[in-house]
Amino acid sequence: MSASHDKRWKALIVDDEELARHIIREFLQAHPEIEIAAECANGMEAVKAVAEHKPNLIFLDVQMPKLTGFDVLELIGTDVPVIFVTAYDQYAMRAFDVHAIDYLLKPIGRERFDAAVERAKNRLGEKMPAAADLAAAARPPQQFAERLVVKDGTKVTIIPVGKLDYAEAQDDYVALATQGKKHLKQQTIAGVEASLNPADFVRIHRSYIVNLERVARIEPYGKESRLAILADGTRLPVSRSGYARLKALLDERK
Amino acid sequence: MHPLLTRNRFGPYLVAWIPLAVILAFLTTAGGTIRWVEAAAIVIPLCLLYAFICLSAWYTSKGAPIQPENTLRLFLGHITAAALVSALWVGLALALVYFLAKTAAFQGLDQRFAPLTRIFFAAGFLLYLLAVASHYVILSLEASSEAEARVLETNIHARDAELKALKAQINPHFLFNSLNSISALTSIDPSRARDMCVLLGDFLRMTLGLGEKTVVRFSEELDLLEKYLAIEKVRFGERLKMQENIQEESKGCMLPPLLLQPLVENAVKHGIASLPEGGQVRLSAERQNGRLAILVENSWDPDAPPRRSGGRGLKNVEQRLEARYGKDASLHVSTEGELFQVSLSLPAESEEKA
Repeated sequence: MSASHDKRWKALIVDDEELARHIIREFLQAHPEIEIAAECANGMEAVKAVAEHKPNLIFLDVQMPKLTGFDVLELIGTDVPVIFVTAYDQYAMRAFDVHAIDYLLKPIGRERFDAAVERAKNRLGEKMPAAADLAAAARPPQQFAERLVVKDGTKVTIIPVGKLDYAEAQDDYVALATQGKKHLKQQTIAGVEASLNPADFVRIHRSYIVNLERVARIEPYGKESRLAILADGTRLPVSRSGYARLKALLDERK
Repeated sequence: MHPLLTRNRFGPYLVAWIPLAVILAFLTTAGGTIRWVEAAAIVIPLCLLYAFICLSAWYTSKGAPIQPENTLRLFLGHITAAALVSALWVGLALALVYFLAKTAAFQGLDQRFAPLTRIFFAAGFLLYLLAVASHYVILSLEASSEAEARVLETNIHARDAELKALKAQINPHFLFNSLNSISALTSIDPSRARDMCVLLGDFLRMTLGLGEKTVVRFSEELDLLEKYLAIEKVRFGERLKMQENIQEESKGCMLPPLLLQPLVENAVKHGIASLPEGGQVRLSAERQNGRLAILVENSWDPDAPPRRSGGRGLKNVEQRLEARYGKDASLHVSTEGELFQVSLSLPAESEEKA
């Protein structure tokens, strides 16, 4: 820790290829104010390292095993400036949609790298919107999520949408219920709703989205409302407008 | 639309009637009772008229294509039609002669023409049948040129698939990633960077070279795959393990170039790259009973994030197989847990034959 007092920056390098990480490490030698906190070979490690090291700059590859760079960003939040590094230029638009600082194409040149680092320094301290909703906004129109990623501490869970039973709003979070377990995710229920295919998922209540496949039957409950009984016995409240939507979808399926 | 009623066909058709008219005129004058001028006055308008009447044979021929089971019925049908049409024509001839006989120049023509009625009926009958036969010839010519056009079109499609495949061969991202690896190696290990440049150069040269041929020896394709895997090995390091199980006899087989390269590239891109710890790519080939069986296997993560290319490479290989071998070749994809398999089966062609 002797020389670290003048290192005002902590960086994370995330790439599944050792040689690709090496280049960034080498280029960073010209920036003594930046310390490399950790190197990660995949997205899971990256999520863990972010929690552990609290870096203020991340070099993030897009195409990686298990979690893509976009998944990682969704999980760690956008408080940390991210520079995407990839060979795929088709991700560029999406990278800026999720407010990445910059976007470096492989093979990376030193000048371009230095410019990206400068930009990152200038952006320090800027507040950014909620990551999960940004990632949802970055999804091309008419293309729905195929899986949802949730972080619990440093543990990452990937939920394929087919395995999602229902989603429940809980203050600033959404609880995603799958296979008898609930996973909390920092996102609005509207954000979750927007990312799911409306042919398979329906908002049955202000606080609930249900997977149509799971609905076993609907029972009346009180004067105005109803209950949706899921295949596993779970009972979810259905509002009047929610019932109209649910019924329309179920009729469509018949 | 009638095939003869076009600008450049109708003229020759009428010209073809001239010798027929001459023969008919000759027959008319043969008895000595009718002069050439009179014969011309009868035959020219009648033949012109009959030329048009015979065009109707097109519609009966087109409506009744010749098939083995209906030959007799067709034959009888056309004979009846010929008799009826000819009778109509002879009737018109008699009417013409009747009116001609009223003029001073052709006095008595009707009486002199009467014995010729049978000849005109026979001529009309035969001419109609000739027209039917000609129309059948035209129909079959059209059918064969249509078939030819279809074959041509299929060939164009096959060529298209080939071109698309070749264009897709050199994946730009593979190049970008390889260049990035070289860039890293220049400071870590310059001599390995140079090796990688040479490998990449060899790979590109071979890809372009093989792409120009229609068939290559399996061993040539294997050389290319080895180069490709050697490059990816630099990129992925220990994560990429390879195993080859190639039967010696299979190496002489001929097959379309760059057929396996996309399969092996998929194995690396979707298989190895999706696994944090990496995995194995296994390539096996065997020649047996006149068939060449090739198997590309790789480990993969069934829950991996979806990729964008979505099986385009596989589809293309399938199309190329079909373009070249039709139903004689097959491609099967199977997934078993963490093992992804693509198996090809195609006719084992030796060099002489190809």
